[in-house]
Amino acid sequence: MAVIRKAEKRGMPALSTSSLPDIIFMLLFFFMAVTTMKEVTYKVRISPPSATELQKLENKSLVRYIYVGEPMKEFREQFGSATRIQLNDQFADVTEIENFITMERTAMKEEDQNVMTVSIKADKDTKMGIITDIKQALRRAYALKINYQAGARKSF
Amino acid sequence: MARKLGEINASSMADISFLLLIFFLVTTSMNVSTGLTRRLPPPLPPDQKPQDIDIKKRNIFVVKINSMNQLLVQGEELNIRELKDKAKEFIKNEANDPHLPEKTMKNFDLIGNIEYTKDHVISVQNDVDTQYQAYIDVQNELVAAYNELRNELSQEKFGKKFDELTELQQDEVQTVYPQKISEAEPKNYGGIK
Repeated sequence: MAVIRKAEKRGMPALSTSSLPDIIFMLLFFFMAVTTMKEVTYKVRISPPSATELQKLENKSLVRYIYVGEPMKEFREQFGSATRIQLNDQFADVTEIENFITMERTAMKEEDQNVMTVSIKADKDTKMGIITDIKQALRRAYALKINYQAGARKSF
Repeated sequence: MARKLGEINASSMADISFLLLIFFLVTTSMNVSTGLTRRLPPPLPPDQKPQDIDIKKRNIFVVKINSMNQLLVQGEELNIRELKDKAKEFIKNEANDPHLPEKTMKNFDLIGNIEYTKDHVISVQNDVDTQYQAYIDVQNELVAAYNELRNELSQEKFGKKFDELTELQQDEVQTVYPQKISEAEPKNYGGIK
């Protein structure tokens, strides 16, 4: 009897795959958690300036972004290498900002409309001329709450 | 009876995976966007020309940034590293210097009597060619000056940092040190490249 039992013990039992779905789900959740949803695909190259007195941007649904920087390599031929503004997924002109803000604001819920924040995400080498133009456009559009995006740094 | 080897019990696998999932959820931080929050002045009516508001010269602190990212603070060239202390000195006016902003006495519920520079304004003026980073640096230093002053006052009056104060206390400290950074209507300043 003992001899037979020993013989039957040989050979690997089949690996159970019933936990595979769990593992896959885990991976899925993991990636969902760590990667933030991209707001848009960048068409301009942005390396943000750095600062120390930073505040977190809360309530992302109330924030609209304006991207400013030099066009990425693949757009150079078409748009040149001068600093451009990107709104949502398109290159835009300063004159379009006012319209864009108004459109975005009307799309918001009424109680959220006056707490809308406009975040300017600009490359650190941008000239202030274009930023000033954007600021003037935002003032005209009554989007007075703004935020200059910047990364953290310790000190100078 | 011949005993077969049972399958490996996998029912706890789900628990392990969930444990891992929660672990990662807790430890990994989503990248949050940070920045400097500012408020723009409301637009001028189209038919009105920008008029100079009459502010006494001693109450205004002018920071100009030229196209080479150099600073001119109150008519003197200054390194950005010294800007914070200079701004603090201006906002606080500890010795009641006649060249620094006037002080007014006010009685607060929680802070008590305090003299503060009620009418001071910091004016930041930049050139078209100023680099964005230089502009952010200046804004950052000015905000830092205010934050330090607020913390100092909070520490002195309540023995706590500004962030740890109650909302009412914070309001009063903010009234003493409001962030008055004005941005002028765009002009062109010196330095042709």
